[in-house]
Amino acid sequence: MPPRKSSLETLSDWRSGPTIRNLLRAISRETEAINRPLRIMEVCGTHTMTLHRSGLKPLLKEAGVVMVSGPGCPVCITPDYYHEAVIDLVTSQKNIIATTFGDMTRVPTGRGSLQTTVPSPGSEIKIVYSPDEALELAGQHPEKEVMFFGAGFETTIPAIAFTAKKAAATGLKNFTLLAALWLIPPALEAILRSGEVDIDGFIYPGHVSVIIGQQAYSFVAEKYRLPGAIAGFEPADVLLGILSVVRQVRAGRPEVANEYRRAVRAEGNPGALALMAEMLEPYEAEWRGLGRIKNSGLRLKSEWQKLEAARRFNLRLQPGKSLKSGCRCGEVLKGLLEPVDCPLFARHCNPDHPQGPCMVSYEGACLIEYKYSSGEKKK
Amino acid sequence: MCLAVPGKVVSLQDDGTGQVDYMGTTVLANFSLLPGVKVGDWVIVHAGFAISRLDRAEARRTLRLFQELEKLNSAD
Repeated sequence: MPPRKSSLETLSDWRSGPTIRNLLRAISRETEAINRPLRIMEVCGTHTMTLHRSGLKPLLKEAGVVMVSGPGCPVCITPDYYHEAVIDLVTSQKNIIATTFGDMTRVPTGRGSLQTTVPSPGSEIKIVYSPDEALELAGQHPEKEVMFFGAGFETTIPAIAFTAKKAAATGLKNFTLLAALWLIPPALEAILRSGEVDIDGFIYPGHVSVIIGQQAYSFVAEKYRLPGAIAGFEPADVLLGILSVVRQVRAGRPEVANEYRRAVRAEGNPGALALMAEMLEPYEAEWRGLGRIKNSGLRLKSEWQKLEAARRFNLRLQPGKSLKSGCRCGEVLKGLLEPVDCPLFARHCNPDHPQGPCMVSYEGACLIEYKYSSGEKKK
Repeated sequence: MCLAVPGKVVSLQDDGTGQVDYMGTTVLANFSLLPGVKVGDWVIVHAGFAISRLDRAEARRTLRLFQELEKLNSAD
């Protein structure tokens, strides 16, 4: 193998021991001056993953920072009734190909999961890596209806909007979209407005920010006077974001800092934003745990209704009988409960037998805690 | 799900797609959301779509900041 170049080419500079130690020392210098431990919410599940996988969580605690997980896991916040509607569809109708991202298929609901359900003859559930793949399937199977059950935040939404536009342009009549698309800023505002969670600042999701830019969070600093920093996903990236937040706390000057400047521009990705605005419109969406939030979801605009799966198949997207497992994923998503404090954690609920989506998704706080931390209650 | 991986653009096709090299593994990506991508650019790819071009000068600036922290801490 040829030798790899340093800096951008390898990630070692963002993972090096001395850099991590220096950042942690700089953070504890700030918290010592503030003279109390800080609580910072990492909004994004991929940040939760970095914090656990690299063992930073306990080190940060020593440095005076307690990290609290937030709602940034689309698989986790999508209510069960979306899955149930898809399960009903593929079990009651023939020749449906329901496509979705991998994690979505394992979420347990009152009607089982997409993975365990037995579809009608000719129908199937297929995992895709990209929405584009679902569209390709529609082209390859004109005799079937291909539905893409797309869940995601702003990071994923432009890819889905692009695919919807391409489907409309190519005139494929057998492709539809079930949109479970969620917006991060309204969810953060809902968390702040509820006043339930006691935090000193946010680490904003880096790849959501790639799309929406820096200004999208300005209400947090201006209206709620809370510090925040956009951060990347290497260990040093996350610590740099945390250092920025603790410095803002110490100075008493909240702002929206960008500590992921190699990837995030202040204005975001204008082309992606324009595409979203062209295809989709905001509505009051329901989040698991957070409830209904104004303008927090995106759905196809009325002129693209031909692509709308809920309409084509008359799907019932309403809360039904909930699964009474005792799963407290909703509280975990709001930062009110640590996974280890859920009575089910590592007892009746584990990655092989998940009781809720937080133990299913690779960005779910419960799965991450189970995999990477010793977890006192884990046996 | 917002996991997105940095890679280097190695080829471009007329249909707006191209190959991205992730440390030796080459995968097809769609560049429609990132106009003006060139071979040799570093991009972040999510769900098959490139969503951001990495800025080398900014990356170097951050790395320099790490070096300054080193000096700050050794002065303690």
